[in-house]
Amino acid sequence: MTELTWLNELLAGNRIFTPQTIGYYWDGLVLTTQLVFLSLVAGLVLAIPLAIGRSSGRRWISLPIYAYTYVFRGTPLLIQLYIIYYGVVFFDGIQQTFLWPILREAFYPALIAFTLNTAAYTTEIFRGAIKATPQGEIEAAKAYGMSQGLMMRRIVLPSAFRRALPAYGNEVIFMLHASAIASVVTLMDITGAARFVYARFYAPFEAFLFAAAIYLCLTFAILYFFRYLEKRLLAHLKPQSGN
Amino acid sequence: MKKLLTVSLLGVALAAGTAQARDYDHVRFGVDVPYEPMEYRTPDGELTGFDIDLGNALCAEMGITCEWIEQEWDGIIPGLLARNYDAIMSSMTINDERRQTLLFSDPYITIPGAWFAPAGSDVEEINEETLAGKSIGVQRGTTFDSYVTDNYGRVANVSRYSTADDMVLDLQAQRLDLVFLEFIVGQATLLDNHSGEFEVVGEMVTEPEEYFGEGFGIAFRPRDEALAQRFNEALATLKEDGTYDEIYQRYFGEE
Repeated sequence: MTELTWLNELLAGNRIFTPQTIGYYWDGLVLTTQLVFLSLVAGLVLAIPLAIGRSSGRRWISLPIYAYTYVFRGTPLLIQLYIIYYGVVFFDGIQQTFLWPILREAFYPALIAFTLNTAAYTTEIFRGAIKATPQGEIEAAKAYGMSQGLMMRRIVLPSAFRRALPAYGNEVIFMLHASAIASVVTLMDITGAARFVYARFYAPFEAFLFAAAIYLCLTFAILYFFRYLEKRLLAHLKPQSGN
Repeated sequence: MKKLLTVSLLGVALAAGTAQARDYDHVRFGVDVPYEPMEYRTPDGELTGFDIDLGNALCAEMGITCEWIEQEWDGIIPGLLARNYDAIMSSMTINDERRQTLLFSDPYITIPGAWFAPAGSDVEEINEETLAGKSIGVQRGTTFDSYVTDNYGRVANVSRYSTADDMVLDLQAQRLDLVFLEFIVGQATLLDNHSGEFEVVGEMVTEPEEYFGEGFGIAFRPRDEALAQRFNEALATLKEDGTYDEIYQRYFGEE
């Protein structure tokens, strides 16, 4: 533990922020990051085909997807998490199925709930962007004799992604903040650590302000990343500068 | 408002109480019913419970008669100060705030924490080895949470729940190997409601005081020091002659 001497010195005499509680916050940061990152990646992967299907003219494809996004956008994430975590145990014999090792841990039900939720929102964001593809681009693609698939891949999706980027950046930040409810299913994320410290030391200000500071740093990193992406990918939309 | 009421009743009690403390040959206890198994009614309406049995035994030991008067918890301290009864024996935790208004006997019980596990659990006693790698449920922010975290947090996974109900659900769902909670709560929710499915593992835990508190005491009006003293002596006698243990076993013994 020699490498932690500086930390011990920094914290000397602090009643609340001991190396132990800092450790809880650190574990919480790791867990929150994992949970949010994995659910966003999985949600994105799900959302792309769903968004294409959702903007399809065939109602038997678009309607079920609409029903899915409607349900997941129309109910609170907390309720979805409760249903997936506590609800599944009411299926008799769930403990004997191959699913149980996954559902037993609090992490995976939370991951599933977050993924389904963010996938629903991302689907709608992308659908809007696909719908907004300028008619001229589509006509040009058709004039070139592109097939439906090629047009989707080369023309529609790349421009839709660019248009969706600012809205998707917001969704990422919302997801980070929504992940704070993970502690209701016993996960020790950043908020879980804060609730623990709060209850332990009766110190709501210190406990939650510290958690808030961590969320702020994460949000800042996300904002910065998306600003960078926008600068790169949306450069062609910027007005030409004078020099 | 409640405080105002307490203060005004205190005033009344003080005004009325200029007479010297008297020797009691009949003591009236205030009690808030039900709080199983401390005080409750049997199906045929008889008042019973740990407090009731112990209180009656104490009176018998002191050679006095006693009587139980039911009183809602909100008004239980004002009721004592207003002389509706002479003592409170109703699972009242001793603390410094109450000490300002009340005189407490020695603690007569500390509500134990207990480990509950599904029947047939491979954990048979509680120590760092047997708990290694197990999932333990506790109620977030309770002193029981602190106790488990401080003692077994390094070897076991501690899951923290907002309510005891969520925790019991996860124990039933086999997400948890053990839960640690107040014996009374566990008895009501796990042992009584799901007969045979769960069991108490290891010893009940009542120490150290840092986690489990000072315990329950009998509360008196501050000037009844002589009466409190007599109760303390009787309690010591009952603890010595085995009567106390017998009553304790009746309510908190192994099933």
